[in-house]
Amino acid sequence: MSNSAVDMTEMSSASADVSAGRKPIVTIEHVTKIFEDAPAVDDLNLEIYEGEFFSLLGPSGCGKTTTLRMLGGFEEPTSGRIFLGGKEVTYLAPYRRDVNTVFQSYALFPHLSVFENVAFGLKRKRMAKAEIRRRVSTMLELVDLPTMEGRRTSQLSGGQQQRVALARALVNEPTLLLLDEPMSALDAKLRHQMQIELKRIQTQVGITFLYVTHDQEEAMTMSDRLVVMRLGRIEGIGTPRDVYDRPTTEFVATFLGASNLLAGDVTGIDGSTATVTLTSGATLQVATERLPEARVGLSVKVGVRPEKISIGGSDGAAGADHNALRGRVRVSTFTGVGNQYLVEMPWGTDMTVYAQNIGQATAPRSGDEVVLTWPVEHTFAVRPMAHGSTEEESTMGEIDE
Amino acid sequence: MVWLALLFIVPLAIMLSLSLKTCNPASGVCYMTWSWGELPHQVSLYHSQFITSLEYAAAATVVDLVVSFPIAYWIAFHGGRKKNFFLMMLLVPFFVSFVIRTLVWEFILSDNGFFMTFLRHAHLISSNFHILGTGYAVIAGLSYNYLPFTALPLYVALERIDRRVLEAAYDLYASRREAFQRVILPLSIPGIFAAFLLTFIPAFGDYVNQQILGGTSSTMIGTVIQNTFLVTGDYAAGSSLSVVLLVISLLGIWLYARVLGSRSIEEYL
Repeated sequence: MSNSAVDMTEMSSASADVSAGRKPIVTIEHVTKIFEDAPAVDDLNLEIYEGEFFSLLGPSGCGKTTTLRMLGGFEEPTSGRIFLGGKEVTYLAPYRRDVNTVFQSYALFPHLSVFENVAFGLKRKRMAKAEIRRRVSTMLELVDLPTMEGRRTSQLSGGQQQRVALARALVNEPTLLLLDEPMSALDAKLRHQMQIELKRIQTQVGITFLYVTHDQEEAMTMSDRLVVMRLGRIEGIGTPRDVYDRPTTEFVATFLGASNLLAGDVTGIDGSTATVTLTSGATLQVATERLPEARVGLSVKVGVRPEKISIGGSDGAAGADHNALRGRVRVSTFTGVGNQYLVEMPWGTDMTVYAQNIGQATAPRSGDEVVLTWPVEHTFAVRPMAHGSTEEESTMGEIDE
Repeated sequence: MVWLALLFIVPLAIMLSLSLKTCNPASGVCYMTWSWGELPHQVSLYHSQFITSLEYAAAATVVDLVVSFPIAYWIAFHGGRKKNFFLMMLLVPFFVSFVIRTLVWEFILSDNGFFMTFLRHAHLISSNFHILGTGYAVIAGLSYNYLPFTALPLYVALERIDRRVLEAAYDLYASRREAFQRVILPLSIPGIFAAFLLTFIPAFGDYVNQQILGGTSSTMIGTVIQNTFLVTGDYAAGSSLSVVLLVISLLGIWLYARVLGSRSIEEYL
């Protein structure tokens, strides 16, 4: 927890080059929201740029839904300010904001037809009837529901209801569209299909999307940028590739995809390369700029993603720009697209390795002695998560759900 | 099923068969005529009491809807954790016997009661203005006695409205007034109709309020039925009038089922 402030300054400088010269459409300044003494959102600072597909990702209780609800006007921050398109909207009622929401449960109007549901917002804006009819038809075509206008929403399938909810919000052409875990009620196959669909629609309409989800794959698939949240704070921010390849906290490293994390201490810094000695005595190289703090004696966890590791025979040798560790294959699982290995290390714990199935004839089998090698550039280091933090997480409660 | 047959179907059959008879009130002897002749005869005798009952019951129902909608709305949307407490408060007066409650209203509305005395002293009414013994007193009594039958179905309907649907309305630029008009009111219509039936039907057949509060003013059909059974002892006439009352009530329920579906009735009973 205590290191978050450090991470944030680091990350905001990293994300600045991604978004250089772009106009922020949403600015969240020092926003805190306290529910019954527990902070759901804790001093949040965030900028979202025009036309972006932006995701808030995190486990339940991390404050992502509370953040979305404050942007929609359904909750007021305890402190801090929110700007939308340059105007402050912190305490503005939902119906006065140029923001629309796709709700988790869709929240369609049960007494209205599909057409009337989609037309609801435009009617409140006193738009001419003919124009409403035209826009609703266009929107229903965009979400692939052109023949459903007269139906009751109760007659639709889950996927269709979701499209109506999307159309109902998008038809108003808001400055910002909020999506609150809109796919959580769909089955896996439909969800995958809708992810592609949603990205297509977003690209087509060009509206800024703020997407809230606990599903890391969903967030990475669709987002231009994302933040990983935990306990009301930002743990990592950037493009999916950035956050995935350069995790800055142990939480991000394990929540967003899988990581092998090895505890050790920084024992030497030589220019751009630092040496970390693991508790077992083995040493690994890490780029100095990937350390949370360039200081000898710092306790860190060195990490590497399972797909970055090459698995080779015990006689294999690694170049100077590679890290290498010896181990023994404990489990080898063929998954079709590749092999997943659990490799037992001399100190007893396992490392996970993914190897793509590219037609190599000899794959290591369980029991084989192997050498794991990976480039230094794919090695990262994070501070170990503070003890007791998991406990803290459970006392936060299920604010999101 | 046995209970339903014993307590509902058998009495109903007896009543229907009685309405087909003609009785001699002096001797108490009834004989079967197998004709519905008694029905139009009774309706023509007492049609003005039917109309009075319709008017009073309708007025009381409207008063109840207007009074209980805000109460039910407030409890459903702003009752918070104390919802059950507030509902209880609404029902507590009704633990007192129906007749006693009505007698207290007689006391309140009487010319020497504090309410009328206060109004007279404040010069808001003249000294020859009365409420007790008029139709207004009957409507007041009916409204009071049947209030829970209106308030509870309304509460159930309002409570059931998904709050997220309401949020969606606000999200889609509906002001509070518009959200009420376009979402809350349409979604509470089954509850309003159920409240209407549950209040109107018993109020329509009620005779206690009229007898205690109405004095000798225009009689309601419930009083007529009570008199034919208990005073004149003309069971055939009383049953015929009851059948007419039953048919009118069933018509209301049939209309409800046609408009809103029969399933939604069960949800409120």
